[in-house]
Amino acid sequence: MKSFDWKRNEVLVFAVIVAFCVVAAFSDPNFLSIPTLTDLMRNSIVLGIFAVGAMVVLVSGGIDVSFTAVAAFAMYATTVMLRDLAPDMPWPLAFAIATSIGAALGSINGFLIAICGLPTLIVTLGTLSVFRGFLLTFIGTLQISNLPPGMRDFSRWMMIRGTNSDGSFYSLPWAFMALVIIAAATWVILNRTMLGRAIYAIGGAPESARRIGINVRRTQFFIYVFVGALAGLAGIIHASMARISNPFDLVGLELSVIAAVVLGGARLTGGVGTLTGTFLGVALIVLVRNSLIVIGIPSTWQSVTIGVLILLGTGLPAWQAKRAEARAA
Amino acid sequence: MINRILHSTEGRLAAITLGVFVAMAILVPDRFLSPANLTSMAFQFPEFAILALAVSVAMLTGGIDLSVVGVANLSSVIAALFMSHFAGDGQGAGLLIAAALLSLSIGLTAGLFNGLLVAKFGLPPILATLGSGLVFAGLAIAMTGGSAVMGLPPAVAWVGNGTLLGIPVPLVILAILAAGVGWALKYTAFGQKTRMFGANPLAARYAAMGTERVLLKVYGLCGMLSAVAGLIVMSRANSAKADYGSSYVLLAVLIAVLGGVNPYGGYGRIIGVVLAVLSMQFLSSGLNLLQVTNFAREMIWGILLIAVMLINLVSFRSKP
Amino acid sequence: MPTDTQPAPLVTLEAVTKRYAAITALDNVDLTIRAGEAIGLAGENGSGKSTLIKVLVGVEHESGGRIMFDGEPQSRLTPTAATAAGVQVIFQDFSLFPNLTVAENITMTAERATGTVLVRNARARARATEVLNRVGVKLDLDARVERLPVAHKQLVAICRALAADARLIIMDEPTTALTEREVARLLDLIRTLKADGVAVLFVSHKLGEVLEVCETVVVLRNGAKVAEGPATDFDSASLTRAMTGRNVASEPPAPLDPTAPTLLKVEGLVRDGAFEDVSLSLRAGEVLGVAGILGSGRTALAKALFGLARPDRGRVSLDGQDIPLGDPIAAAAAGIGYVPEDRLTEGLFLEQSIAHNIAIGRFDAHAKNGVINLGNLWGEAADWLKRLSVKTPDATAAVRSLSGGNQQRVVLARWMARQPRVLILNGPTVGVDVGSKAEIHGIMADLAASGLGVIVISDDLPELLATCHSILVMKGGRITEVVPGGAGVTEADLSHKLAS
Repeated sequence: MKSFDWKRNEVLVFAVIVAFCVVAAFSDPNFLSIPTLTDLMRNSIVLGIFAVGAMVVLVSGGIDVSFTAVAAFAMYATTVMLRDLAPDMPWPLAFAIATSIGAALGSINGFLIAICGLPTLIVTLGTLSVFRGFLLTFIGTLQISNLPPGMRDFSRWMMIRGTNSDGSFYSLPWAFMALVIIAAATWVILNRTMLGRAIYAIGGAPESARRIGINVRRTQFFIYVFVGALAGLAGIIHASMARISNPFDLVGLELSVIAAVVLGGARLTGGVGTLTGTFLGVALIVLVRNSLIVIGIPSTWQSVTIGVLILLGTGLPAWQAKRAEARAA
Repeated sequence: MINRILHSTEGRLAAITLGVFVAMAILVPDRFLSPANLTSMAFQFPEFAILALAVSVAMLTGGIDLSVVGVANLSSVIAALFMSHFAGDGQGAGLLIAAALLSLSIGLTAGLFNGLLVAKFGLPPILATLGSGLVFAGLAIAMTGGSAVMGLPPAVAWVGNGTLLGIPVPLVILAILAAGVGWALKYTAFGQKTRMFGANPLAARYAAMGTERVLLKVYGLCGMLSAVAGLIVMSRANSAKADYGSSYVLLAVLIAVLGGVNPYGGYGRIIGVVLAVLSMQFLSSGLNLLQVTNFAREMIWGILLIAVMLINLVSFRSKP
Repeated sequence: MPTDTQPAPLVTLEAVTKRYAAITALDNVDLTIRAGEAIGLAGENGSGKSTLIKVLVGVEHESGGRIMFDGEPQSRLTPTAATAAGVQVIFQDFSLFPNLTVAENITMTAERATGTVLVRNARARARATEVLNRVGVKLDLDARVERLPVAHKQLVAICRALAADARLIIMDEPTTALTEREVARLLDLIRTLKADGVAVLFVSHKLGEVLEVCETVVVLRNGAKVAEGPATDFDSASLTRAMTGRNVASEPPAPLDPTAPTLLKVEGLVRDGAFEDVSLSLRAGEVLGVAGILGSGRTALAKALFGLARPDRGRVSLDGQDIPLGDPIAAAAAGIGYVPEDRLTEGLFLEQSIAHNIAIGRFDAHAKNGVINLGNLWGEAADWLKRLSVKTPDATAAVRSLSGGNQQRVVLARWMARQPRVLILNGPTVGVDVGSKAEIHGIMADLAASGLGVIVISDDLPELLATCHSILVMKGGRITEVVPGGAGVTEADLSHKLAS
């Protein structure tokens, strides 16, 4: 059997989450409750979908910072389209449109990175500006609060609904299933298809991949289209759940998402990353964003806390790797 | 001759800058070339030019500094808190000098912290400065509760809005810093080591060049440059706030790459960065006069960045 | 007619030529490989061996000539087509995926060849087990390859080739990292493969191994085939002559002055997992060789002496002064220099000027109050280029433009400019042409004559025997023997001592 590695990021992050919950439970007995859990799950939906995409890119040895702009673009463009052209469109079709818009924008990244061979960070920094600039210049800047009925229906569709002892309500929308489905599909792609094998292979040793005939460019192109599609879907889900489509939303989240993925053990150098780690990283970031106050840290320290977590989460493995390298020398 | 100019990254950039300037001068001749517009441009771009300078120096080592805005805001918030605490009735010139020194030392400390993370702990620069940037910005939020620090002495305005012999002070500061950094990169042992480290970090280590010290100095310098930019921003806004100029991080990276600094390290010239800033500013200001929104400018910047990279790609490939 | 009944050869190359811009890497090479045959391919670095391999597997395309598999001409061969034809390479670096498991690595090529979209884990694991059995080794299918020892990585690479139904396996210098027992096992394995009808192209410069398993030897020099014949027709001298194009008569080192003072003293140096209890002393004017296979601890020792790795215990002193361990800057300041093994990644700044490559350790020395005197820097570089007779018009050119031999001279000049007391050379003539090799040996002898202590680590045993006063044999992290240099010991003896 495989030996269990206690130093893996997943384990560390899990331990931090447990510690967080223990401290929170002591200071607020209501913390360990279903509403806390549904809040956590609800707040993880959009961030989680983003993180899955960001993780796949990191595994392949690249980095994408443009996905939030892709999401905002797909979300807002779809809402505008629905409002003006087909207000009665059912939500699945709207979601498909948003996903396609995302995929199309992703293919621009794919073209520049996979076909032209430009550096991924710089390309996606550039397309982040382009997508966002295009959206706000040509599509609109006004938020749409009167969502088309299809999207409103989706947002009201609850998986779990309940009442607390104090009379307040809690709920978990079906949107959470989207995250579950995406996680399952991505798991299948990464672990059960030759494409997924190729993604890990090009992230681990690009030259070896080329030598055994893996089409590195095609694989990379697929990845950026895939990430774009996920972002588009995350965008439309975000708008539906918020019941408002605001073109200024989402952009700015990209570094937090990458932070969550890296906390979960994905390596910036490529080849390593798991869905488990990614979701643990997302859970930790969401906990810090929402519940820091519960463990007695004022919410103004949120940013410091996330920064410190990133430094520790990446610093410990980097420090270990550096020492291991010095040993191997 | 023209061919030779167009074959160097900086040459092409100079042509682009000139082209943008001429195009804007033709499109909106009366207003673009008006003294008022030229002066206002001269006040606008130094702050992000200095941040771009900082990012460029980090990039020269093959790293990056995403914490520049965090450092700028943290140092200016502390400087502002310091000044508002001690502010009296006078102009407060002495106080300003003390605050400037304080903010520079904070910038230096923050930069050295980044350097330590990269050099000693082996964190990838992107993650180290991403995380530390959040910490710095977060400290500024924690100190101020997220609101702006006001009540600064009158002397502060001079830094961002004053003129020296008719030249805007921010421009003077930028000119001194750009010339200084450009000179240091070329004519000092530190500059040569920085470039060599960026060209091949492993070989630099094997040559016993003192790589850790170089990285510490590089990120320390980045921190100090960021602090200067923070002072200018503070002066122009007449206040300090934890989230001023948050879009400047990506802008600074964009300018550095546009200026021909190789993101993998080893190559980059300050003149290129200056030209990139100028072309961005001309474009930005001209588009502004043409009633183009801020958002369209953001888009055009992105297109410009990608276009320049594609041009560089084609011209590098065509080289024998 | 016998040719009618005989099947077409597995692989035929007809007048294959490969040009890169102005350089001809392969020049009209003819080669025939039949099923079950082992061919030894010999040649110096840069003789065109790697280009030949790349052309054979479709990573590079020939500029002229024809490649035929089973008599079928192949136009614009792709890696996929080469795999389909059964041609597989075991690259020197193995080209494995460190982040994937043994089973995943072994079956990657084979599964891809089936065109399957889904990962067929059960089938893949069965295949991996089957191939491992065929080779006769037991490996954990779920172990990540990055954690395997070198010999096991090689087995994984061989298994990967076999799993993909290889009919021709090209092995690029397969024995550099193996102990004698592992080499023997590899050669056994090759015999088994041959009996199964698999052909092997064995790329190596170690005649003994080539003779043991290969029927035919082909020698490349400057891209052209210069010799071909039954392995038994070659001996060490004739193979070297064929590879280098001349008789390399090396002069033995000048005798060591018995009164020369001890420079470097190493006592009980230990680095857990790398080397154990190493003690040695080096006298002024002495050239000391260190021989050992990859992984014997020789490079780890060299790096530890120069501070690139921190030893766990022990002392290193120069002229009686202790040197702080684990600090290359302190080591360099004390007068130790290190010319690394991999010149391109560890030694040179390829895009930077020759002058900067020479001045790398002396920026502070050229500077006053931090301000550098560029005139001095350029002048000193020009001086060194002249002293070491590097043929180049100017020191401003990128060091990339120089030949291997001249690049090595630039690295040597870098250290000589710092006037070290002890110079450690790791693989000083790897990838260097024959002429430059002799000159670099000359530089080493001159350095020793001027009172430096020189430590040479090399795979090239004749080089060690020709240049060193004595040679330390390292095995499993320990110095097991000290062998006198010069004519007292033969290459075969030394080779046996290393790997037994």
